[in-house]
Amino acid sequence: MKKVTYRNRISKVLGFSILVFLFTSNSLLAQAEPVADASVEQVAEASGGDAAAGKSLFNQNCAACHSLNRKMTGPALANVESRLAEDEGLDRQWLYAWIKNSPGMIKSGDAYANKIYNEYNKAAMTAFPTLSNTDIDNILAYTAAGPVAATTTATLPGDPVQAKSTGISNEIILGALALVFALLVFMLISVNKTLRRVMQANGVDVEKESPKGLPIWKAFAKNQFLVLVTTIFLLLGSAYFAYGWMMQVGVDQGYEPIQPIHYSHRIHAGDNKIECKYCHSSARKSKTSGIPSLNVCMNCHKSIYQVADATLAEGKQYGIDYNEEIQKLYSAVGWDEENQKYTGETKAVEWVRVHNLPDFAYFNHSQHVEVGEIACQTCHGPVEEMEIMSQYSPLTMGWCVNCHRETEVKVEGNEYYAKIHEELSKKYGVETLTAAQMGGLECGKCHY
Amino acid sequence: MASNKKYWKSEAELNPNDSIVEALRQNEFVEDIPVDEFLGDKETLESTNTNRRDFLKYVGFSTAAASLAACEGPVIKSIPYVVAPENIVPGVANYYATTIANGFDFASILIKTREGRPIKVENNKEANVGGGANARVQASVLSLYDSTRLQGPKSAEGDVSWDVIDAAVKSKLNSGKQVALLTQTYSSPSTSRLIAEFKEVNNNVRHVTYDAISEEAALAAFEARYGERAMADYDFEKADLIVSFGADFLGDWQGGGYDAGYAKGRVPKNGKMSRHVQFESNMSLTGANADKRVPLSSQFQKVALAYVYAKLNGTSAGGDLPADAQRVLDGVVSGIRKTKSRAVIVSGIDDVNVQAVVLAINEMLGSEAFDVKAPRYTRQGNVAEVQSLIADMKAGKVGVLVVDGVNPMYSMPNAADFKEAVEKVDVSVVFSTNWNETTVVSTYAAAANHYLESWGDAQIKKGHYSLMQPTIKELFDTRQLQASLLKWLGSDKSYYDYIKETWSTLILNGNDFNKAVHDGVYVAGESVADPVLMVSNADKEVDASENESDGVSVNINAAVSALAGSTSGDGMELLLYSKVGMGDGQQANNPWLQEFPDPITRVSWDNYVTVSKADAERLELINENVANGGLDGSYATISANGVSVTAPVIIQPGQAKGTIGLSFGYGKKEGMKSEMKTGVNAFALYQGFNKIQSVSLSKADGNHEFACIQLHKTLMGRGDIIKETTLEIFNTKDHAEWNHVPQVSLNHQEVPATSVDLWDSFDRTIGHHFNMSIDLNACTGCGACVIACHAENNVPVVGKAEVRKSRDMHWLRIDRYYSSEESFEADNTKKNEFDGLSGDNGSLGGFGELEDPSANPQVAFQPVMCQHCNHAPCETVCPVAATSHSRQGQNHMAYNRCVGTRYCANNCPYKVRRFNWFLYNNNDEFDFHMNNDLGKMVVNPDVNVRSRGVIEKCSMCIQKTQKSILDAKRDGRPVADEEFQTACSSACNSGAIVFGDINDAESEVAELKESNRMYHLLEHVGTKPNVFYHVKVRNTTEA
Repeated sequence: MKKVTYRNRISKVLGFSILVFLFTSNSLLAQAEPVADASVEQVAEASGGDAAAGKSLFNQNCAACHSLNRKMTGPALANVESRLAEDEGLDRQWLYAWIKNSPGMIKSGDAYANKIYNEYNKAAMTAFPTLSNTDIDNILAYTAAGPVAATTTATLPGDPVQAKSTGISNEIILGALALVFALLVFMLISVNKTLRRVMQANGVDVEKESPKGLPIWKAFAKNQFLVLVTTIFLLLGSAYFAYGWMMQVGVDQGYEPIQPIHYSHRIHAGDNKIECKYCHSSARKSKTSGIPSLNVCMNCHKSIYQVADATLAEGKQYGIDYNEEIQKLYSAVGWDEENQKYTGETKAVEWVRVHNLPDFAYFNHSQHVEVGEIACQTCHGPVEEMEIMSQYSPLTMGWCVNCHRETEVKVEGNEYYAKIHEELSKKYGVETLTAAQMGGLECGKCHY
Repeated sequence: MASNKKYWKSEAELNPNDSIVEALRQNEFVEDIPVDEFLGDKETLESTNTNRRDFLKYVGFSTAAASLAACEGPVIKSIPYVVAPENIVPGVANYYATTIANGFDFASILIKTREGRPIKVENNKEANVGGGANARVQASVLSLYDSTRLQGPKSAEGDVSWDVIDAAVKSKLNSGKQVALLTQTYSSPSTSRLIAEFKEVNNNVRHVTYDAISEEAALAAFEARYGERAMADYDFEKADLIVSFGADFLGDWQGGGYDAGYAKGRVPKNGKMSRHVQFESNMSLTGANADKRVPLSSQFQKVALAYVYAKLNGTSAGGDLPADAQRVLDGVVSGIRKTKSRAVIVSGIDDVNVQAVVLAINEMLGSEAFDVKAPRYTRQGNVAEVQSLIADMKAGKVGVLVVDGVNPMYSMPNAADFKEAVEKVDVSVVFSTNWNETTVVSTYAAAANHYLESWGDAQIKKGHYSLMQPTIKELFDTRQLQASLLKWLGSDKSYYDYIKETWSTLILNGNDFNKAVHDGVYVAGESVADPVLMVSNADKEVDASENESDGVSVNINAAVSALAGSTSGDGMELLLYSKVGMGDGQQANNPWLQEFPDPITRVSWDNYVTVSKADAERLELINENVANGGLDGSYATISANGVSVTAPVIIQPGQAKGTIGLSFGYGKKEGMKSEMKTGVNAFALYQGFNKIQSVSLSKADGNHEFACIQLHKTLMGRGDIIKETTLEIFNTKDHAEWNHVPQVSLNHQEVPATSVDLWDSFDRTIGHHFNMSIDLNACTGCGACVIACHAENNVPVVGKAEVRKSRDMHWLRIDRYYSSEESFEADNTKKNEFDGLSGDNGSLGGFGELEDPSANPQVAFQPVMCQHCNHAPCETVCPVAATSHSRQGQNHMAYNRCVGTRYCANNCPYKVRRFNWFLYNNNDEFDFHMNNDLGKMVVNPDVNVRSRGVIEKCSMCIQKTQKSILDAKRDGRPVADEEFQTACSSACNSGAIVFGDINDAESEVAELKESNRMYHLLEHVGTKPNVFYHVKVRNTTEA
């Protein structure tokens, strides 16, 4: 029985992950946020800009191409001002000019501007004439608070020292709990013993009363009618359950396989509200919804190289390090983070199919998604809440047929249906038509 | 009252002392039951320590284990693209225009690809020249996935790299010896230019074009008259009278592809249709379609042609003809005189004189169907050059021989000669997709691209260009000849760049190259043709001296008198021909084509000697239908000039007496799967590249088992299966007379069968209601639809042994019927005049006679697929409701519901349901294409691959109609008429099969349904089919 197997597996995994979580999470929940904030403030005062405002400006304008501590489309920007001043002898005025009109700088033949331009694949930086000098001051103040990210990386999971230091306290708590339980058990046993001894001493008789009539099971066995009725009910009952069990053979509702890359629909479709068909674009025009190719992932993940700390912490609940999963993506698609380039060495990802229709059933996504305008969730369930994708619907023929019986076809505004709708609604005397009335229950519509 | 009657079971019981009675009383059976025999011998049984209980335990355990194991579903992996190509959407087909030009078949086609795999060939509607995709072209997509293909270059020692071959060839270039290219006909402007360039750079290069089946006579005659080595083009639509002397123009005559035009002229419009008279020896597809067919040996055909020329010229030519042929010929002459420029004459005889006279007559008539201004280039082979090349090779004058697209060791009559010649060549490189007879004797076998992996171009007809583009990356380490030539030239250009350059500079005249690639075809003005583009012209200069001996100027008068005086050789006349399914044998390894039944004989997996009934009787050759339902035939040996070939015999109605036929393309041995090694090699008899040979025929020992799918040859006067009439009656009489609706008796009244109904009818006026129209006048029986159906619907190939057991799986068959009398009409009359059971005119003997086809029968073709009856007999008998009817008119078949009782097949009056006796996929017992990963790539992902034990049948391509409907729904528009197609209707070049929605009053099929030629098959059964036929009309106007 597959379903149960999966559930067992899930519960085991869950149980195990809860245990692991108990032992490790405390260490990770306490992140270095306060430290970071403190350091931002410290540096902000020093450079004469508002680092907090700078952070939001940075995230709005720069983060798509720049990061503080790593090369992305553009160079890493931590301490950019001091770095430029030390290495190239360029001052803040140069930075103002560059940020406001970088293409102009390149054209004007500025040496360092051209050097940077050539170094980054001749992709000119967007000009930001809207940023005021103060804005830029603020951003620079934020970039000067460089060590922030470094602190974050230092607290990544698996840091042995930290895990150990908080792990001890957990053990102590658990040990204490165990001790308390042991004490309780011991106390109960000794109380019991004491009471018995007191009873014996007082001469109280604790023997059981002897039965007066026949025992109930013997009476039951003697009543043949009752036995017959019970047997019939038992047989019927077991037949009912046996039927129920057999009908779900091959139905994989709840199937939740472990995927080669832990992709969280909860984060993408739920938290970030990415439209399903952005990735599953072929659902619009093809029978298959299509598992997105990795280049679609890279549309975003070129710049999202790691997740926010809060998200990372959420991942711990599932025993997953999201950043590692992103690394799996990079290695499969052949993305060289260092140089921000594709190496061309790709590895195919072997996803485990969750929804498996048998070959003899034809199902077309575009028919349902585009023509029928049916929400993906109708069949796939609350995907935006699923951390691990699982099969929500039974995908049995009865399930399909029920829906075809109940669902009204969206005929408005579709020229195709104009004639057939008019004629059919006259025939059946109804205004709206179900898929079944349109012939959606005929065998050959799905089996050929 | 007690009875003292004595009951007895056998006479013996009457005698109380009989020992048998006693024995029977003791034992149930008189004889011992041979238990030991079927359980194995007693000793082993006793010595084994497995007793019955153990056995039951094992059975119980394994059943339980199997059921437990079955509960765990398999884990299915899904692997998306890492980087998805922009124009591939999984699940959506892409179409690419390309061209097949394999030296035998030339056609502009579309290739349907799914997820990058070519899976189907479609006609390119924008191409208006040459033929559409015939059966072989339709099947060529499977040859791409042939698991026996060469997967990389090879030498005798084993695999080699391309560098080795390149180095070997380069080292021999300019060595003083000749560098010879022996190739197929390309008719490719770019290849011609490339070879010309190659000749310029390197000394002593010669290019020899070789056609396995030569059209030397036609080419030579055309060249003599018009100065260009090409073949006249014909548009049979423009002819009112077609006279053919042995030209199988619906087959492969002069490159083929004439059926579309022919069929258009054959459909009666405004009371007119073309008349077609055929003089021929073998029963060809063309002869089968003729209004009047005269079986005549080629010797008489020549005399007849001379007679026609002389008559038209006002002179006279000698020569005697059989009386009936003479009578028809006189009719033809007066017909030509009447129709003048609307008449056309063609001939397939390999004789320069014949071809010259044909050209002269057509020119004299000013025939509209005859086009010499823009001739065809699809055959360029030059016999004289081939022979001189072999002579040079033997003399050791050739340093490098490069062979491409041809297999001379197989297709040359003097293969031993060629072998000797090749051995004297320093380096021989054979480009081939498969290991074959020629690669065996060569130094290097260069694995060549399939045409679906190649770039290329072709000029099928003057000014009509086609482009070939790859539809898939090379599956293996292969390279096409052109790419190799570029490499040997030291160029780093790709052949694509080279083609683009050729087209931009010489052909396109400023038009866009990408558009030409997209369309696949480009029609240039007449002025564009550049001399360098034509192989023939380039070659002509080189070999002008040699061509003279071929008779550059043919004297017509001399030719006519030569023809008139032609006499037969002693012995029999053999006409070698190419079958619709196999052609020149390039695709002999293609299981679809092997299983494709020949349209005339209906035999698959074989070639055979066709013999007339009279000759068969004389030589005691027999065909018989044996008890297991198969056809057996005697063997016969054909001998000529010391070569003898033994092949099985088919007694062919309509075969001219004293002539025999044998088809090319079979008997290949090298590089073939064992199942495909069928038939005998007819090229051994192809002496002097002449299809007509004088041979002797004798009976050989043994019986051959054929795989013939139609054993019953005649209609037995059942004129309601194929309704026929003549043009005269069609024009003058009411349709009730020639398209009679069968009557049934209702309340003792004769009423039309269509008016009686056992069932309540459904309302089918809403939505789509699909119907298919099949015009028996337009259908030539070519069978392109059969292969198209194979490809579209994943129809399995079952193999020769299974076909013999009538287990063929074709969803669509083309029935061929012969008349028993002179015509089908005479059959009907004969049947109607039967009087009583026995006697001279009794039906008992009469029907027996009707089973025998006439010596020169009329022939009719009838494509039959599931008729999608509105009152389907199959539906009512299915115990599990696996087959049911849809509102759209299609009869559905839910394979997963079918339990295989076959009641439906028994109850089908049309016998179109097919049972899967075996698992044909993933089964090495059926080593065709569905058992290997490569061959499976051709499978259409939108159609189920059926398993064992279910019935399958034509679905009216429901996957295609559903797709058209969905496309329209998605776009929010009604479906256009031409969008509804089935595989067969879109494959039909002749327009015989039309499919559509009859609820759309504007549709073509709705209009066809109203035609007074429309009838349903077996109308009196009352099945109300959704497939209808159009009465066949024959133009019997004699003059």
